[in-house]
Amino acid sequence: MTNRFSFGNGAALLQRLGSVIGLLLLLIALSVLSPDFLNAGNLLTVLRQVSINALIAFGMTFVILAGGIDLSVGAILAFTGAITAGVMASGHGMLLAIGAGLGLGLLLGVINGVLVSWGRVAPFIATLGTMTLLRGLTLSYTQGQPIGVSNNSFALLGDGYIAHLIPNPVVWMFGVFLLCAFLLRGTVFGRHVFALGGNEEAARLSGVRINAMKLGVYGLSGLLSAFAGIVLTSRLYSAQATAGSGYELDAIAAVVLGGTSLAGGRGWLFGTLVGALLIGFLNNGLNLLGVSSFYQQVVKGAVILIAVLLDRRK
Amino acid sequence: MRGIRKAFGPVKVLEGVDFELLPGEVHALMGENGAGKSTLMKVLTGVHKADAGEIEVDGQTVSMGSTTDAEKHGIAIIHQELNLIPHLSVTENLFLGRELNTLGLLHRRAMRQRAREWLAHVGMQSIDPDLPVARFSIGQQQMIEIAKALGQNARVLIMDEPTAALSERETDTLFALIRELRSKGTGIVYVSHRMEEIFVLCDRISVLRDGHFVGSRPIPGLSLDEVVQMMVGRSLEARFPTREVTPGEILLKVEQLGDKHVHDISFDLRAGEVLGVAGLMGAGRTELARLLFGLDKATHGRVLLDGQPIHTRTPVQAIHAGLGFVTEDRKAQGLVLDLSLRENISLPRVPSRAGIIDRATEKRQTQGLIEQLKIRTRDMELPVRALSGGNQQKVVLAKWLALKPRVLILDEPTRGVDVGGKAEIYQIINQLVKNGVAILMISSELPEVLAMSDRILVMHEGHATALLDAATATQETVMLAATGGH
Repeated sequence: MTNRFSFGNGAALLQRLGSVIGLLLLLIALSVLSPDFLNAGNLLTVLRQVSINALIAFGMTFVILAGGIDLSVGAILAFTGAITAGVMASGHGMLLAIGAGLGLGLLLGVINGVLVSWGRVAPFIATLGTMTLLRGLTLSYTQGQPIGVSNNSFALLGDGYIAHLIPNPVVWMFGVFLLCAFLLRGTVFGRHVFALGGNEEAARLSGVRINAMKLGVYGLSGLLSAFAGIVLTSRLYSAQATAGSGYELDAIAAVVLGGTSLAGGRGWLFGTLVGALLIGFLNNGLNLLGVSSFYQQVVKGAVILIAVLLDRRK
Repeated sequence: MRGIRKAFGPVKVLEGVDFELLPGEVHALMGENGAGKSTLMKVLTGVHKADAGEIEVDGQTVSMGSTTDAEKHGIAIIHQELNLIPHLSVTENLFLGRELNTLGLLHRRAMRQRAREWLAHVGMQSIDPDLPVARFSIGQQQMIEIAKALGQNARVLIMDEPTAALSERETDTLFALIRELRSKGTGIVYVSHRMEEIFVLCDRISVLRDGHFVGSRPIPGLSLDEVVQMMVGRSLEARFPTREVTPGEILLKVEQLGDKHVHDISFDLRAGEVLGVAGLMGAGRTELARLLFGLDKATHGRVLLDGQPIHTRTPVQAIHAGLGFVTEDRKAQGLVLDLSLRENISLPRVPSRAGIIDRATEKRQTQGLIEQLKIRTRDMELPVRALSGGNQQKVVLAKWLALKPRVLILDEPTRGVDVGGKAEIYQIINQLVKNGVAILMISSELPEVLAMSDRILVMHEGHATALLDAATATQETVMLAATGGH
């Protein structure tokens, strides 16, 4: 009497699979339209490009499912990337630098959580504030100059390959996806994320620690943004003050394209992965087809709008 | 209205209901909760569309497709929860959505002038139409709503439990106004549970039971017993299962508990006892429950469990201490509607080891509770949104039973549940009591409080005004204490 997937019923299943069907259609269309599309090299390149957005979007999924929003992810990525590079530039080892970056990301996320829980600031405003603040801090820390990284083992993080084929960022992306999917579906923390976003009052009355949960989801979002920042810094061999501009919107787009409700309480992590891939393959396909970058944005925006409209009609 | 039928999905709410209202008549519409009164009124005001049946106004068959249609035919409803916007002024509220204007520019002076006239019609000429409505008492706000309805030329006025939140003086004022409107030819549908009011005020009564039209009778010459007979259709004993339990030791002791809404409440609650909490809307009953459960912070007083003071400053602590709280509004506070039965039931304590959910135990536990409480569902993975009101209420109960609480607070446990579902919930309560659970049951339905409780705590404006033995208490003694005892 219970099915293995908690989809509830057929209609919900169809609704969830919408993004998957969309992705498959896109892949088929691009394979037909462009001879350069369907080969391992191109596909892996796209996956590597997608990985940074996906890492951020996984954290964003938790925040949105819990009924919040996090606009500071791109700024956290830039700041933690700069700090990580800075620590190494000042002569410290790679592990300390990575630890500092991740720890800082977690802390910044928790600060967002404190603002929205105990501070009772609306998530949009709280994270808009920290975003602006961190952008300023990053610029003053880097003085607007890139911080170069010359540590070779650090470079492997973002620029290395497994078996000379699969880019490391892609491995991180799938690894983090599996961990986060388990966190969301297999643990009490994940269950409480859904309850919090579905009905905060009912969750509170059921003894869910609302404030602690908010620290948790924003903390996770900060941590994953920092990880994305470290991977990006490694891949580019340098930290840029303006890195990650607009990434918060790409991450939100991936979450929403994946079928997660912006109102919270409904959604899934696999959808976010699919959403991130959709955006990535769309960009790649439009490039291969020689569409100008001006029109690429138009198409991307239209796809997001159509996807959300289709979602609403059901 | 003739032969009105309405179903929501598989649930038939109205099964061929007739209703007639004459000009200059105050017509009582009665029936138990869930009998279909509000649905019938929603059909009449165009909120719901009837599946079958027809509505005639002045002998003409009309279609009530929307609330605008109802307005056009002069039908207005005064809801129990008033539909005024607190921070807007009286004038702004009176003209909301139909502001006098030229190309979007407001005619403020004309509206204020007309607002004064409308207010004068309901005897409220003394109030300043420029003040925000939040500044007025509930009774006055109700008058403002009536003024608004009359200002829109309402000829049929539906009043849903209008006196629930009113003081005695405000009630008198309201009744005087209703009588005056009647003499001017307005037809009034009066929905209320208060028998005394019906007999004092109304000309005729129509009764619904389980979605069926039972009958219409003129009030003069009708006895209270006959009305109850029409409403219930059977004796009271059959509605409430009997319970043979003697309360045991004192489990919960509340001493001088209070905050700004609740004043110095003290009582004992024994294991295996149901303490009913009665009172009018706004008497502070839910506020008392919220204090006990740590949702609001008590400013004074203390709570003892097994003679030991407990600190329930948050729901987490209250649950840890052994308390459970079935809230009044299950959709807003009791359930996460998009989550499944299983996920809702296990929410207060998800079976887990080191934070990892033990899915097998969770399913077994859920299955056990579904069977124990006879929750009718084909799948525990269905979102609770898909369940009927009675089954949803059982899910809320199941959620707390899973924790095996020692003290269970029930706030309006059968609100919006049909008669059959109610009986099942009463049986669950009795079973809990038999197992030694102490129950604090807040209810606005007097027969329910009287039949299900061992003792009854009556509240009025935040104070406890009586602690009655349910065996000797009557509707009259409870109502007397609930209205302040004069």
